[in-house]
Amino acid sequence: MSWEVVMGLEVHLQLATKSKIFSGAANQFGAEPNVQACAVDLGMPGMLPVLNSEAVRYAVMFGLAIDARLGKRSVFDRKNYFYPDLPKGYQVSQFFEPIVCEGQFDIPMEDGSLFPVRITRAHLEEDAGKSVHDAYTGQTGVDLNRAGTPLLEIVTEPDFRTAAQAVAYLKALHSLAIYLGISDGNMAEGSMRCDINVSLRPTGSEDFGTRTEIKNVNSFKFVEKAIAIETERQQDVLESGGTITQETRLYDADKNETRAMRSKEVANDYRYFPEPDLLPIIIDDEYIDAIKSALPELPRIKRSRFMSEYELSQYDAALLVDTPTLANYFETAAIKSAAPKLTANWILGDLAAALNRENLDIDESPVSAEALAGLITRIADSTLSSKLAKQVFEGLWQQEGTADAIIEARGLKQVTDTGALEAMVDQVIADHPEQVTQYRAADENKQKKLTGFFVGQVMKASKGQANPQLLNTLLISKLRES
Amino acid sequence: MAQEALTYASATELSISLKTAEISSVELTEACIDAIAAHNGTVNAVVTLCEESALAEAKAADLKLRDGSAGPLTGIPLLHKDIFCTRNVATTCASKMLANFVPPYDATVVSRLRTAGTVMLGKTNMDEFAMGSSTETSVFGVTRNPWDLNCVPGGSSGGAAAAVAAGFAPLSTGTDTGGSIRQPASLCGITGLKPTYGRVSRLGIIAFASSLDQAGPMTRTVEDAALMLQAMSGVDAGDSTSADLDVPDFTAGLNQPIAGLKIGIPREYFNHNLDQRVANKIHEALNELVKEGAELVDIDLPHTEQGIATYYIIAPAEASTNLSRYDGVRFGHRCDSPQNLTDLYERSRSEGFGEEVQRRILVGTYALSAGFYDAYFKKAQQVRRLISEDFQKAFERCDVIAGPAAPGTAFPLGAKSDDPLAMYLEDIYTLSVNLAGLPGLSIPAGFIDGMPVGLQLIGRSFDEATLLKMGHRFQLCTNHHRATPTMTGVNQ
Amino acid sequence: MPTIPADVLSVAQLARLRIDETALDDVTDRFSRTLELVAQLEEVDTEGVTPMSNPHDMHQRLRADMVTESNQREALQKTAPAVADGFFLVPKVID
Repeated sequence: MSWEVVMGLEVHLQLATKSKIFSGAANQFGAEPNVQACAVDLGMPGMLPVLNSEAVRYAVMFGLAIDARLGKRSVFDRKNYFYPDLPKGYQVSQFFEPIVCEGQFDIPMEDGSLFPVRITRAHLEEDAGKSVHDAYTGQTGVDLNRAGTPLLEIVTEPDFRTAAQAVAYLKALHSLAIYLGISDGNMAEGSMRCDINVSLRPTGSEDFGTRTEIKNVNSFKFVEKAIAIETERQQDVLESGGTITQETRLYDADKNETRAMRSKEVANDYRYFPEPDLLPIIIDDEYIDAIKSALPELPRIKRSRFMSEYELSQYDAALLVDTPTLANYFETAAIKSAAPKLTANWILGDLAAALNRENLDIDESPVSAEALAGLITRIADSTLSSKLAKQVFEGLWQQEGTADAIIEARGLKQVTDTGALEAMVDQVIADHPEQVTQYRAADENKQKKLTGFFVGQVMKASKGQANPQLLNTLLISKLRES
Repeated sequence: MAQEALTYASATELSISLKTAEISSVELTEACIDAIAAHNGTVNAVVTLCEESALAEAKAADLKLRDGSAGPLTGIPLLHKDIFCTRNVATTCASKMLANFVPPYDATVVSRLRTAGTVMLGKTNMDEFAMGSSTETSVFGVTRNPWDLNCVPGGSSGGAAAAVAAGFAPLSTGTDTGGSIRQPASLCGITGLKPTYGRVSRLGIIAFASSLDQAGPMTRTVEDAALMLQAMSGVDAGDSTSADLDVPDFTAGLNQPIAGLKIGIPREYFNHNLDQRVANKIHEALNELVKEGAELVDIDLPHTEQGIATYYIIAPAEASTNLSRYDGVRFGHRCDSPQNLTDLYERSRSEGFGEEVQRRILVGTYALSAGFYDAYFKKAQQVRRLISEDFQKAFERCDVIAGPAAPGTAFPLGAKSDDPLAMYLEDIYTLSVNLAGLPGLSIPAGFIDGMPVGLQLIGRSFDEATLLKMGHRFQLCTNHHRATPTMTGVNQ
Repeated sequence: MPTIPADVLSVAQLARLRIDETALDDVTDRFSRTLELVAQLEEVDTEGVTPMSNPHDMHQRLRADMVTESNQREALQKTAPAVADGFFLVPKVID
């Protein structure tokens, strides 16, 4: 039996507002317990919510970015359940009428295709607090600093069929959030949390199987692993004749397994109904247009533009627009060097590798965009071979100076002077008569191999500075002369 | 001014005496404290007395009265229903659940009335969490009606009504969700106003039913109610449901004539279900208004009967979730040695909440639950709109709607406490007004066998001014509001 | 529709209320009668009527995104039943 895995994703994105969604308490990560939980956040008697305008603006920005239909009239609802980190005994969310309705998000995949993800809806809600389970014997400590942090919950249709698609979507969503400036999308800190709904069905079937929900996966890597292990688990169950229980599960990274959440064992009836302490949010065209005109260039627009203006592949363009900082870096260097493709290769190749090695972000790069452009220019005008360029790059990384200064200092100019090169070739040919005879007697294949020997000799003589293309041309013509 | 005259004087009259230095705020406050000392043991209207701080506030008020910076309410003693959060003063909602709750903040209404110069005497008794019409479910015990100590004062603002009726203070705040200001005002022979929903801030008032609750004045006269309403009203940025509308000068228009104003009489109110004697009293009262030039018009409020069912789905539903925060975790009652989380929740809540509160939580939870939401809650919300539309249509033909504030006079303690449905019927004339969010005024209209009867006037949204004008005119022509109880009862 | 004790118990569970066995029948009875009262609404024709959550046609005001609340932990935790190092304590929750 071959199975198809069907997945839908729910992402909770913490919005980077200064204050909470319904109160004026600070919305900062990492404070001492309960110092950022005011009376409203604690659900103290008599306290009432007031809506943060910035949270609304961020939600609308997101909706516009994914071309969604906006809920011009949206309503908050109470989602009722008891848990210590939920002070009021209900979470204020949007169930019936969300602020962002259906939209579409096209994800660039590695193979150059665009994977279309249908966004069902995105709505505003408040975050709950945090529980600390192992600090007090027999007790759980509750910190409500996070209670009331604005969340945008983004829900997709069950359009995902592979972990790669899911991860690509999350990365693109993360990138979009950064571009819009609505969230720092920091999964490790919990600013972006992912719930994955997973179900299996026989390949070719149109019906949906029973799904489980894996909650709060907080890294791209864990998303991949969780999907893999849950798919395996469900397959084992189904293939041994069992049925899948619809339940909420947690991914345990240490054991690399998913397990059912005890606290969600009893089915919850959330009893949604419109929040009577808040009134409907009405947004009009004027409001929406003002936000639209102030949107930054979106990743997908920038990606298309990079593809057409700089003739980059979709995949490369997608990688380069991952963050605004990276995109700007690329564009600055590309324009300055007038060699965008080369620039792209260097950024995605050598620069990325060097940054990764030392755990640096692009904005911490010791090589500025201008400096890199200097290097690229010299490659493009053949001053440097790729091999020599790597040495210059090292010099830039060590901040020895500009590309030109380093070339000068280290004497790395590529030899392209035909005369000089010809002389070296003649010398090498003269020094190795046996190999020359062998060459002239050999078949095409063997000739190719022997060419390598001569190239190596000339490179040695030129201290690696011979222009490879020119050298090859000269060599072959001279070797074929009889 | 004689002691008794002092405690039964209206705030308006007292303000004059204070300004002319005939009396001081300290003397006035002491008189109230004495009245409470003399009779609260029996009446049990006041549950927390703030003697020290009240006298300090009175002293400060006297300074203002001397230096000319006093307003119309400066130095006037006032009580707050124990549902208003008062900073550093116990606020219990008459419940074991909040017996130890001392808020570090004031309700907006409390701070506005303080700014207006009133002297806070203490907190009044109420039905637990405002759920009741008789003040018999309080953890502090029953409050007795000063007109007959064996009878209820009404509820849930029964303590406030009894206190004002008994002369403990000229003013008290109350809250009204289904009639909790108007019905006790009627049963205790005082004036009570429920403003339009959104006229007064709900911030800091312990919530019962969020879309129905309103705070309002409970006083001896309409004039005083206007003064208090002035100080209480106005938009509050901290309450999203408070209306961003200008507050008219409620006192300015009081003396305007009411000639030409049309008073709608709903056919549905005066049917066979209404005690004929109450109906007669109301008609007598309406005649006074007709003498002053008002016209009576027959109107229909077709969904009156369904008001009770509608209210008893919506109010408990909202309340059931408003009360979820009482879980023994951050404040309020926590059971001893909770074994696990579920035990903590279940025992804390079952120990902390009284029976009626638990009943309403159950009904409300049920009405919202899966499979029943459409048939109960959503249906009730739809009928609510029909009820509101009934009033809108009626107001095309009249300016004010009149009727009884309660189906009868005060009933004996214990008479209805075993029959919740009979108790719910107490509010039949009042709860539709909350559903529609309209303002409602209850004023003393006479007596039946020595027990007060209240006339209710209902106005258009945000048209408290017309109600006050008409109520004041009625009080210029009648004396029911000046009567004072003797505070006796057969079993005293 | 008559209610049975089991219905009442499941509603009580949702509301985290514990009903004493001895009180269960009485609670069920009163619960039942209240539901009968409200069942009257079934007869009302509400076809096409928009539910009313709030009596006026107002919409939500927006608050400027500013921090206006300072740390009031001490005051707010004064009457808390169980606190340690700033945390509220509850019996251990196992997930």
